[in-house]
Amino acid sequence: MREKDININRVDWITVMIYFALVMIGWFNIYAAVYDGQVDKSIFDTSINSGIQLVWIGTAIAIIIVIMAADYRLFENLAIPIYLIMLVLLILTPFVGKEVNGQILSIGVGSFRIQPGEFAKFATALALAKFMERPTFDLSKTQYQLQAFGVLLLPIVFIILQPDTGTAMVYFSFLIMFYREGLPQKYYVLGLSFIALVLLALGIENNLYLAGVIVVIVIILILLGKKTPQQIIAFSLIGIGLIAFTYSIDYVVSKLPQHQQNRVMVLFNPDLDPLGVGWNVTQSKIAIGSGGLTGKGYLQGTQTKFDFVPEQHTDFIFCTLGEEFGWLGSLVVISLFVALLTRLVFMAERQKNRFNRIYGYGVISILTFHFMINIAMTIGLFPVVGIPLPFFSYGGSSLWSFTILLFIFIKMDSSRALQLGRMG
Amino acid sequence: MNDQRPVVIIIFVFLIGLVLLTKLFMIQVMDDSFIKRAERNAIQRVVDHPYRGLVYDRKGKLLVYNNPIFDLMIVPKEFQVGDTTRFLELFGITKEHLIESYQAARKYSAVKPSTFIKQISTNDFARIQDFLIDYPGLFIMTRSIRSYPNPIASHALGYIGEISGRQLERDSSGYYVQGDYVGLSGMERFYEDELRGKKGVKYKMVNVRGVDKGSFKEGEYDTASVAGHNVNSSLDMELQKYGEKLMMGKTGSVVAIEPKTGEILSMISAPFYDPNSLTGSEFGKSYTALNALETKPLFNRPIMATYPPGSIFKIVQSLIGLQEGILTPETTFACNKSLVACHNHPSPVNLFGAIRNSCNPYYHQAFRQIINQEVSSNTFKDTEIGLNAWREKVLKFGLGSPLGVDMPNEKKGLVPNSAYYDHYYGNGRWKYSTIYSLSIGQGELLVTPLQMANLAAIFANKGYYYTPHLIRSIDGDKNQIPQEYLTKHEVGVDAHHFNMVQDAMAEALYGTATRAIMKDIQIAGKTGTAQNPHGEDHSVFIAFAPKDNPQIAIAVYVENAGWGGRAAASTASLMIEKYLKDSISRPALEEYVLAGNFIY
Repeated sequence: MREKDININRVDWITVMIYFALVMIGWFNIYAAVYDGQVDKSIFDTSINSGIQLVWIGTAIAIIIVIMAADYRLFENLAIPIYLIMLVLLILTPFVGKEVNGQILSIGVGSFRIQPGEFAKFATALALAKFMERPTFDLSKTQYQLQAFGVLLLPIVFIILQPDTGTAMVYFSFLIMFYREGLPQKYYVLGLSFIALVLLALGIENNLYLAGVIVVIVIILILLGKKTPQQIIAFSLIGIGLIAFTYSIDYVVSKLPQHQQNRVMVLFNPDLDPLGVGWNVTQSKIAIGSGGLTGKGYLQGTQTKFDFVPEQHTDFIFCTLGEEFGWLGSLVVISLFVALLTRLVFMAERQKNRFNRIYGYGVISILTFHFMINIAMTIGLFPVVGIPLPFFSYGGSSLWSFTILLFIFIKMDSSRALQLGRMG
Repeated sequence: MNDQRPVVIIIFVFLIGLVLLTKLFMIQVMDDSFIKRAERNAIQRVVDHPYRGLVYDRKGKLLVYNNPIFDLMIVPKEFQVGDTTRFLELFGITKEHLIESYQAARKYSAVKPSTFIKQISTNDFARIQDFLIDYPGLFIMTRSIRSYPNPIASHALGYIGEISGRQLERDSSGYYVQGDYVGLSGMERFYEDELRGKKGVKYKMVNVRGVDKGSFKEGEYDTASVAGHNVNSSLDMELQKYGEKLMMGKTGSVVAIEPKTGEILSMISAPFYDPNSLTGSEFGKSYTALNALETKPLFNRPIMATYPPGSIFKIVQSLIGLQEGILTPETTFACNKSLVACHNHPSPVNLFGAIRNSCNPYYHQAFRQIINQEVSSNTFKDTEIGLNAWREKVLKFGLGSPLGVDMPNEKKGLVPNSAYYDHYYGNGRWKYSTIYSLSIGQGELLVTPLQMANLAAIFANKGYYYTPHLIRSIDGDKNQIPQEYLTKHEVGVDAHHFNMVQDAMAEALYGTATRAIMKDIQIAGKTGTAQNPHGEDHSVFIAFAPKDNPQIAIAVYVENAGWGGRAAASTASLMIEKYLKDSISRPALEEYVLAGNFIY
């Protein structure tokens, strides 16, 4: 380890400060979520979650020091081994892990447990960076596209087996990084159109409107394309296929048993089943919505504290914030996330080598996805999936993995002057 | 192209923030329904029920109080039994009962309290109270029910019960909610606002399982309940008790009034029921059973039953005739039985003799003169004018409309006007010969026993009355009672006309009600016998005493008891003696009344 490796002045303090701001706000909210006025325990009390979270925060700081002290080349050199170790842990988890609510997410000894699914995120980000840094690697070519997706698909498959669909979905966030690295725009247009189509087919009563929209999109695509006869025919066939698809979605849904139909339709109307499938989202919206502009005041919330919102200190931690600090509190936290992500894009773009930049965008991808989906699900914009709010939610694995993910990039960024430019 | 892509990603991130903040603004700031839903979720309004006011009699004796009853409650999650044998012994239950009750409670909720043993007696409560601390999860919940030290005056006092859906709809005060108790009859209903007190409210927080999480904002919005006002009824408990003893086994009414104030001293509706039966958890069962009885014990006869007044109405006729100048004490008519039946007495009679002997033909002829004053040459028209003019005078005696007693559902009785007869016979198709029965208090005339007692009070007062009422004071203050009970009503007959009438009523006892005569107290009274086409005639008697300084005016109406001079007059006389002397000097007469059994 060389002296010049740890250059405090080169650390991006803006990012570090936003990180600590989010961690501290998160910690206060965890205390609020578990606070019980009748028992009145201190925020430092390790018999409640806020006390335990403080232990996680302390160890996270230790991890930060280790990362910052490490050789900047370490992560690049260890990228592939770390990825392979994580894959092995993911494979082992279902066999040696502990079952909670039908899911086996964690492994470990005694009370020390980690969730490999959380740590596999930064491992995959590192591996993809390593894999894609080759100068010849070109995401506009099918062969490389398949390779990149291969690296991504392995952890997804193992995580789905646990089964933890929410975490598995996170890996699709690397599409943001792929976008930056040159995956052709048409895939995004097609993919987003497909998602929009499924949602619209379920949300809109009359499919005729949807068919009309598809026709318009197909015409626009033809006009934007090369206008060759082959392409026109191809786009038209795709359009016809999509219209058939929309009608088949409604047909398939209508053939499902009533309770499963409800589960699908609750995405569009949570009031359909407020005591069943819609409970989480209904209660979460009540908690946040009752906060008003300025909130009920710290520790004055009733909905999250009294367990109306399930998972209120982990995945639904945003409810506590929304209830006790209102819209202004939400504004502060969302602004912090947007600022962090914008800063990370800025940092990624100033990297001198491809590995650092790709990893940086990997960090951006994962954080963006968690931030977007977690808050969206608490206010009923997205179906409930069990993923934490980065730096905010209670839990050691979650805090550690996001800390590692972020600070590896901060370390890379602080060492960028030492690196040779080798951009592809 | 890739140079634009970081910008696209930044725009994407900003868009996410914008969408989230917009949606948050919509649910947090624009839509305040979530605030209410949150309150419904977590803030429970616990009503602190006030102590209902007590009811005392005119002398301060307790008539109605609140009796605490104890329910043993269980919270299954906290419940620990320890030594089972000792537990079963202490609470006096079997093991099966314990298991059954526990499982029932558990099924309802593990954390919310439910009833474990209902209505523990005060004795048992005292015994187990100290041991409760050994059994976590058990506690006593105290409720109170209305109780009556003496099972009397059930109709006058009334009962309370759960408010009905219809009442809730009509309640404009917004005070009541489902499950509230409210006065349903008698004084309990009329003085509901005074007796009920004011509910307090506590806001407490509960979690998703309904577990109490302490008071909301340290009780900032909590209010304490305010106990209801205690009231003194004008009833005399001892007189009421004695009257009910006399009326045992009979159907009818007794109403006694203090003439100078209109205060009701006793109000009996026979057959009666034990007011204790319409309290607490027994209410529904008892009510159904009482309601099914053919004797209709729930029917409040003094104000709801209407009868022809019979001969007691002759006093009213005499007074109207005197006031009109149509009759004088010297006016004489022959007892012409071809007009209307009568019993044997000297004939002809003057007005005094007519009252004393209750001469029917006298009033037939006198009433004709009151009605047909030859205002119109058309006899039909003349009768119509005369009837309506006469009716106005009768109404001033408190007849034909509810007096306004402080009880619900008072009937108005009937004093027919010309329209009434027009309806039955057609205009211009009836005359005096159609309506002459009115002269002797028969025919279409209907009065309630309360109105009869009020007549007795008017005769005693020589021409005025106070609306009869059951309230004497509220919180010991007589001026708190409704103002209408402090207003004097004149009947429009000069006081001096009453002198002769009172004398005749005192004499009348020697003619028609010798049993009622007392040696040392002069009673003025009038019998009546209301014809009953369905069986034995109804026995009526009104009286006041002492004649020279009336303290009590009374009406007794005993159904199917035959001639008024017998059952009704005897009962009235005993009541008067009881009230004025607080002892009974005529055990034989008392025996006679008690033995009478006229229930049908």
